[in-house]
Amino acid sequence: MNSIRQFAWGILLWELVSGMWLTLRYFFKPKVTLNYPYEKGPLSPRFRGEHALRRYPNGEERCIACKLCEAICPAQAITIESEERADGSRRTTRYDIDMTKCIYCGLCEEACPVDAIVEGPNFEFSTETREELFYDKEKLLANGERWESHLAQRLSDDAPYR
Amino acid sequence: MTFVDLYLLPTLLTVGKILLLVVPLLIGVAYLTYAERKVIAGMQLRKGPNRVGPFGLLQPLADGAKLFMKETIIPSGASPIVFLLAPIITFSMAMIAWAVIPVSEGWVLADINVGILYLFAVSSLEVYGVIMSGWASNSRYPFLGALRSAAQMVSYEVSIGFVLVTVLLCVGSLNLTDIVLAQGENMWFVIPLFPMFIVFFISALAELNRAPFDLPEGEAELVGGYFTEYSAMTFALFFLGEYANMIMMSGFMTVLFLGGWLPIIDIAPFNMIPGVIWFLLKVCLLLFCMLWVRATFPRFRYDQLMRLGWKVFLPFSLFYVVLVSGVLVYMDWLPEIG
Repeated sequence: MNSIRQFAWGILLWELVSGMWLTLRYFFKPKVTLNYPYEKGPLSPRFRGEHALRRYPNGEERCIACKLCEAICPAQAITIESEERADGSRRTTRYDIDMTKCIYCGLCEEACPVDAIVEGPNFEFSTETREELFYDKEKLLANGERWESHLAQRLSDDAPYR
Repeated sequence: MTFVDLYLLPTLLTVGKILLLVVPLLIGVAYLTYAERKVIAGMQLRKGPNRVGPFGLLQPLADGAKLFMKETIIPSGASPIVFLLAPIITFSMAMIAWAVIPVSEGWVLADINVGILYLFAVSSLEVYGVIMSGWASNSRYPFLGALRSAAQMVSYEVSIGFVLVTVLLCVGSLNLTDIVLAQGENMWFVIPLFPMFIVFFISALAELNRAPFDLPEGEAELVGGYFTEYSAMTFALFFLGEYANMIMMSGFMTVLFLGGWLPIIDIAPFNMIPGVIWFLLKVCLLLFCMLWVRATFPRFRYDQLMRLGWKVFLPFSLFYVVLVSGVLVYMDWLPEIG
């Protein structure tokens, strides 16, 4: 009896028809594609994108040139030089990140005692030349100004879990 | 004067008719690739091409322009003349098959009495393009792909032949227009010959090297199959030929089983629509089914493919030929020959 039923289903191509019915139903389902440049997916507050150097609200640079980020960077992408400033505080004279070396591990961000170097939400910073990816201090501070509202929001969102 | 009347005008008229058929056909081919991408994307919950023009409608033109601009590479080990001849043969075979397909009542380039035989012969000749490309490329993948493709096309042609025989038994004519008219008098052959329709559809997929029988171009083992070494316009000709063949086979199935240009029911709102539209609708339906099958089923293994062709379809279609002829003789429904 079972074999007869199997034979009948086989003759009627039952499996093929049910498979095709499934794909036909999928054809009319809403699509999951994001229309990328116009629609973007959600990003976690911990997303590790382009780097930025932040400032305090009064405009003072946060970075104190402790070089912890330079030390911890597994790809050795960060280069820092520092000097004493006129007011006696220690500041960087050079803060370079080679974005072609960087592996976006986020350890610099973890190491920083003053939340100066952070990785922001921006991942759309492709360039046409290699040289443009050698970021200097000026570029990083400019990034900090451009993304500050996002950066502060991300840090406060993530704070409860730290 | 006689020259103009006897030769020039008829030639111009024929060329005009050919252009009238081929130009929409090529546009149809271009948009079939677009439809394929859209349909498969839809079934995989994607959107498909939507960047170039509204809804991505200009995508096929962009692809065509891209292929046209690219460099045609002829491998140093290849035999250049045969290498270039192969895509031309594939493409022109796909085009000349259209000469006998009646798009509407009387809308056919060559209303010959052996239309089916002609179509059958042309679709067999298409194997030559494949074999030549595989041999002339002088490379392993194309060679193996061509061998597979040739074996597959030859195997499935046998069962297609038997399906054609059943239809011929019911019509009593090899002329495609007569076949459609016979369906108008009785009913569409898809109803009494439904199993044969399915056999024909599946064999057509195999004959066209379409998924799930696209072993000749199974990318996992054979890279691109017989057109691995082709690039730019030579590749485009293969591609166009393949898709034109899909449309041709759908047209053939429409004529054989779905009543060609005839409306669904011969009453007022339906028979007002011109025959071409009906023909196009039916062809589109069959093409959609082909794309739908591609989106649904995984590829067959080669031994399974051969088993299906020789051990299932061949005996089954042979049995059905005997059954149909038996019924026709017993019920005295045999058509008059002529």
